[in-house]
Amino acid sequence: MSELTLGRSGVDRDRALRLLQDYGVYLGVAVLLLVNIAFTPHFLSTENFRTQAVQVAPVLIVALGMALAIGSEGVDLSVGSVMALATSLISLYLGYGAWIALIAALVGGVLVGLANGALVAFIGVQPIVATLALMVAGRGLALVLLPQLKDVRDPGLRALGTGDVLGIPYVVLIAAALAVLVAFVVRRTTFGRRLLAIGDSRPAARLAGLPVRRVLVLVYVLSGALAAVAGVLATARLTASDPTSLGTLMELSAITAVVVGGTPLTGGRVRIGGTVAGAVLIQLLTATLIKHDLPPSWTQIAQAAVIVLAVYAARERGKR
Amino acid sequence: MTMTDVEAVQPGRAVPEEPLGATRAERLSALAQQHGALVTLVIAVVIASLSFDTFLTGDNLENMALSSAFLAIVALGMTFVIVTGGIDLSVGSLFALGGVLAAWGSRYGTVVALLLPLAVCGLIGLVNGLLIARSRLAPFIVTLAAMLGARGLLLAITDEGSTTYLVDKSTFFATLGQGKLLGVGVPVWITLALFVLGAVVLRRTRFGQYVYAVGGNEDAAALMGAPVARTKIGVYVVSGLCAGLAGALNAAWLVSGVTILGSGMELEAISAVVIGGTLLTGGFGFISGSLVGVLLLKVIQNVINQIGSLDSAYQQVVSGAFLAVVVIAQTWLGRRRRVW
Repeated sequence: MSELTLGRSGVDRDRALRLLQDYGVYLGVAVLLLVNIAFTPHFLSTENFRTQAVQVAPVLIVALGMALAIGSEGVDLSVGSVMALATSLISLYLGYGAWIALIAALVGGVLVGLANGALVAFIGVQPIVATLALMVAGRGLALVLLPQLKDVRDPGLRALGTGDVLGIPYVVLIAAALAVLVAFVVRRTTFGRRLLAIGDSRPAARLAGLPVRRVLVLVYVLSGALAAVAGVLATARLTASDPTSLGTLMELSAITAVVVGGTPLTGGRVRIGGTVAGAVLIQLLTATLIKHDLPPSWTQIAQAAVIVLAVYAARERGKR
Repeated sequence: MTMTDVEAVQPGRAVPEEPLGATRAERLSALAQQHGALVTLVIAVVIASLSFDTFLTGDNLENMALSSAFLAIVALGMTFVIVTGGIDLSVGSLFALGGVLAAWGSRYGTVVALLLPLAVCGLIGLVNGLLIARSRLAPFIVTLAAMLGARGLLLAITDEGSTTYLVDKSTFFATLGQGKLLGVGVPVWITLALFVLGAVVLRRTRFGQYVYAVGGNEDAAALMGAPVARTKIGVYVVSGLCAGLAGALNAAWLVSGVTILGSGMELEAISAVVIGGTLLTGGFGFISGSLVGVLLLKVIQNVINQIGSLDSAYQQVVSGAFLAVVVIAQTWLGRRRRVW
């Protein structure tokens, strides 16, 4: 009898732990929200929420692509450079019209994704190295195309960056729509199922006859395209192309959002809701520290601590 | 004795052993993998010296040697980590942190200037190693966090980067960076000495054997009694120490601790190690290759600078493309000999 009780409490603890791992990020967001509501002056204002949401949007969009890459047991370090490349391409092609410029930016992202995917899927290079090469080369290419900062005075792009519908900025709407879309792709499409199978075990996926290479190429193409979208939105919001600094360290923020959101680095599982919450968590954490006059150095240290904590918590699952 | 034992016990032969009946193609591909970087370096130097009168001048060579030295020390530590199959993204931050700590400490004498960065960076390396080896977290993520954390620490001790600590030029510590021995800068001599030491440790000591064994096959290494966790912790400490020392020497050279240094350095170091023939999958690699890799990167950068009309953006394009080419070649050459 006592053994049975013991066993059950073990199960309970197990389940509690698992729940904490799965939903800890939402708990974190909730705690941060409460702390801010209680202690941060002027936190509960529409204007503040708007600002926070607009700031988190590009990170979230990049993180969506990163979640796919990590789900396939890969990673995409080139996302920041893709943003820079996109912003350079916009300035370069804006003379032909805003739409042409947008398409050029997207094509740039897709091409980088294709290169990443080809290196990973067809040549068998480790994702971290393949995307590292494109991170270095991509930033260089962005600077070759546009050597310095340039103002973007297109009214259409400006509207995209600053306009809103019913008070919700376009940028936020686009990010939300993309999150829903990617979540749908992961859960409801053949591609999504194959992606998870490949992330779970590539040899098994290969033996099962899945088109491993095609799926992997598509993963990196999607990641590149999403990063390009983030680059476009960031350009529209800044109304300037800044290939030197746009997207620097973006890969770190994106990876953090994904990992904090509960997507394991070992692949086979993608949590889009968690990724959204992860991006929001990092944004709130940064905003909280800044609002309370803590210097940026502490923000970095705090972010580092959050990463380690999140991965440490996720570790138990891998062991089981 | 099993195959694994043989491989691990002979560090000089920790290279995946050629089977007795290795074909010529297999032997050639192994050679190319080992010495490809060296051949490329020789070709690059020949082309550069034929194309630019300014390449083979004392000043230019001296500049290249000095700027290679600091990266080379970082790459040395990185080689140990990569041979175990890990990666250390924190070295750039540790390089900057080491430099600032050394510059600050130099007012208390050379010993403090050297020991302080070594202690702090070694400690961060230890924490990296503990989290990776004992808690089994992904090296990529742990060192990424350390990269952020160390940069944050650096900003915190320099009032958000606004304070610059200077090194008194008359001190012995400054000589370590600015001095010359037989016409060659002291940092270059220190780097060479460290590479000899590193090669001896990796090839001739028990720790070196374990490094190869862990990178080759962790489970097999554990079964044959190698202290897997301790070895992994060791390589991250080595990497941290190297990055800290390189930062300290760099501060002695610049006679100040510059906070903005080192960003992107982890990528350069990883590139150099990979170009030098060390496999990112672990278990195979050599110290000398990393030195060649660093020199090759620096020669390419120098050539691009010499062309002049091309700005530094091309440097990045070429470096990235070059890294891709090397990795593709490595993968193709390696695939023939690996069991898939």
